[in-house]
Amino acid sequence: MRKATLFAGLVAGFSTFAFNAAQAVEIEYWQYVFDTRVKAMDQLIAEFQKANPGITVKQVTFPYADYQTRVIAANMAGNAPDVMQLFYGWLDKFVAGGLLAPLPKDAFPHDKIEKDFFPIVSAMKRDGEYYGLPTAVRSLALFYNKKLFTEAGLDPNNPPKTLDEFVAAGQKIAKLDGSGNIVVAGSTVDMGGQDHQWWREVLIRQFGGEPYKDGDTKVNYNNEAGLKALNFYTSLQLEKKIGKAGFMDEGQAAFRGGKAGMTIDGTFRLGSFKSIKDFEWGVTELPANAQGVRSNYASYFANGISAKTKGEELEASKKFLAYITSPAAMEIWLKTVGELPALRSAALTDANLKDPIYAPFLKGLEYAHTTLFKDEQGQRQNAIDMVNRVLLEGQSTKDSLAQAAEAEQEMIDAAKP
Amino acid sequence: MAAIEQQGAASGRPGSGGGLSMRTKRLLWVWSFLAVPILFYTIIRFYPTFQAFYLSLTSWDLVRPPKLVWFANYIKLFKDPQFWKVFKNTFTYLIIGTPISLVLAFTIAFFLDRVRFMHNLIRALYFLPFLTTAAAMAWVWRWFYQPPPIGVINDVFGMLGIPQQPFIRSTDQALFSIMVTAIWAGLGFQIIIFMAGLRAIPGTFYEAARIDGLGEWAILRKITLPLLKPTTVFLVVFSSIGFLRIFDQVYNMTTNDPGGPLGSTKPLVLMIYQTAFNSYAMGYAAAQTVVLFTILLIVSLLQLWILREKK
Repeated sequence: MRKATLFAGLVAGFSTFAFNAAQAVEIEYWQYVFDTRVKAMDQLIAEFQKANPGITVKQVTFPYADYQTRVIAANMAGNAPDVMQLFYGWLDKFVAGGLLAPLPKDAFPHDKIEKDFFPIVSAMKRDGEYYGLPTAVRSLALFYNKKLFTEAGLDPNNPPKTLDEFVAAGQKIAKLDGSGNIVVAGSTVDMGGQDHQWWREVLIRQFGGEPYKDGDTKVNYNNEAGLKALNFYTSLQLEKKIGKAGFMDEGQAAFRGGKAGMTIDGTFRLGSFKSIKDFEWGVTELPANAQGVRSNYASYFANGISAKTKGEELEASKKFLAYITSPAAMEIWLKTVGELPALRSAALTDANLKDPIYAPFLKGLEYAHTTLFKDEQGQRQNAIDMVNRVLLEGQSTKDSLAQAAEAEQEMIDAAKP
Repeated sequence: MAAIEQQGAASGRPGSGGGLSMRTKRLLWVWSFLAVPILFYTIIRFYPTFQAFYLSLTSWDLVRPPKLVWFANYIKLFKDPQFWKVFKNTFTYLIIGTPISLVLAFTIAFFLDRVRFMHNLIRALYFLPFLTTAAAMAWVWRWFYQPPPIGVINDVFGMLGIPQQPFIRSTDQALFSIMVTAIWAGLGFQIIIFMAGLRAIPGTFYEAARIDGLGEWAILRKITLPLLKPTTVFLVVFSSIGFLRIFDQVYNMTTNDPGGPLGSTKPLVLMIYQTAFNSYAMGYAAAQTVVLFTILLIVSLLQLWILREKK
């Protein structure tokens, strides 16, 4: 009797399962936990499911610190997500590990990708195949404190446009106490923040160089341009006394606290700075050099399809990826997360270009570069150490630069498969 | 259910269970219970440990299957100047941190033992930091150490006319700044253990010594310290292992430049963490853990041997 019921139950269970499978496909989407990103994705999934009744998307999230390890472990265990988010800098590792499938050309034709997306999407291309597409991108800009500008006798509606103006404004704003300690910084000096990107992709280029060669596998800054860029950067603290590394612990904290006139930071900082109540702040493009050369550093999280996804799930994943990289999805993402749309058409709208906050970041995207990091943390640390050797140990910029170039080359070579 | 029935059967008809003697059966019982924790321990402790030894001989990067490279990781490690710096840092924490913290803890415990006034409150105050989360504490100290506008210590220095100190922003002071917080955090525990040790010494010894006319210093040297030896051995080993594995304080006090300016505060454990979970060089990180394991083993055995009971 009991056996019979059990059997009936099993049959019923299997039949509903089979019925469901024929009716609907479920795919899994993975990203890391960040409140607004999770909310935005929930909204996108709801919209997508409304338009595609046969497909269910399940969002799974993990803390950022565990995310990479989880994806890799799940892939080895055969439970990989169908569509996953990844930082552009992880691509080499993910491709080498066989986690990602090249984007099917029928759904994502290359000429269309290259025409519609900002050029930085090329960082997702390996051996003639694209492995992912971003929903949103991030770039850098110069944030400035309008209150401190006014107090220093500067025009709060006319922020610095060139490096010289940047230095001059910084010197006017900076205040020292009797013993020479900085009380208000003209601009933050914080290599641990975004300054290492500024030095690498912006300053080196503005001083006539190019940070890397051969697909970012050869360090190319141990030369005149690199030295000038490093001299400029370290002089901000050592000679011009505009700021000091470690002032208020972190650059962004100093700016937030109203103790720094300017800071270079990314779109991802907007959320945090929007809650500032004590003063008005503005954003402007990163300063150009005397010849008007500008550069920027852009980065993004892309979405890719797992190499293990096949059949119906693959078709559903293609549809989902196409949706989350559509202009409509990007608009939702911009409103919820505050990150810039990755498609030109969605980004460069009149409304966005008139927006005083988004416009400088968007302009930056046109001429931005993306470093193809081989060991992001290691290369960042190397740049921090290079500046610290000059600021703390008094090493000459020339020696420190040479040491950094050699160490970074070793790091890049070691990361080669 | 089955287990209970079997047990009932075994005790009901002794000696009839397939010819096994009572003793064998009892042994079987004991081992079948012990097997659970042993199996558990083997799987979650020993297996990964041996796996780490194996991984240290490979070039595993998490995504591709491990490739055997024999001792290449170790050779790379011993040639790496960063490793020697971290090695030196780790031993500085150990060699300076352990004696200072023990002498401090003993001195405080020795005098606190004689204080009757608000004894419990004072003891609780010393113990409080030990109960606090290391991460929270590290952040508070991180702000204490900041330069002028927000750092409390530098503010006080300013009022006293002492020049400002860079503390964790300096390559010379950073390690000691962190060591101070680590010592402070562990002090409460050591004081409690020392006090328990002091209380365990029979009062009659002291009475006899005083009757014989021994001075305080002689009593301390001839009675208190020798009788405290088991406590001291325990604390030396415990505190040494703590300093060799220091991580929380260092990581939290220097998150934006992990390991302090130019790696000046970086201990071995942080280097392992970064190699494994930032660079994903698992094989290389495993080699570093094997080295740390060896150091911990040698230091612990050495201390037990030096401080052993002389018969």
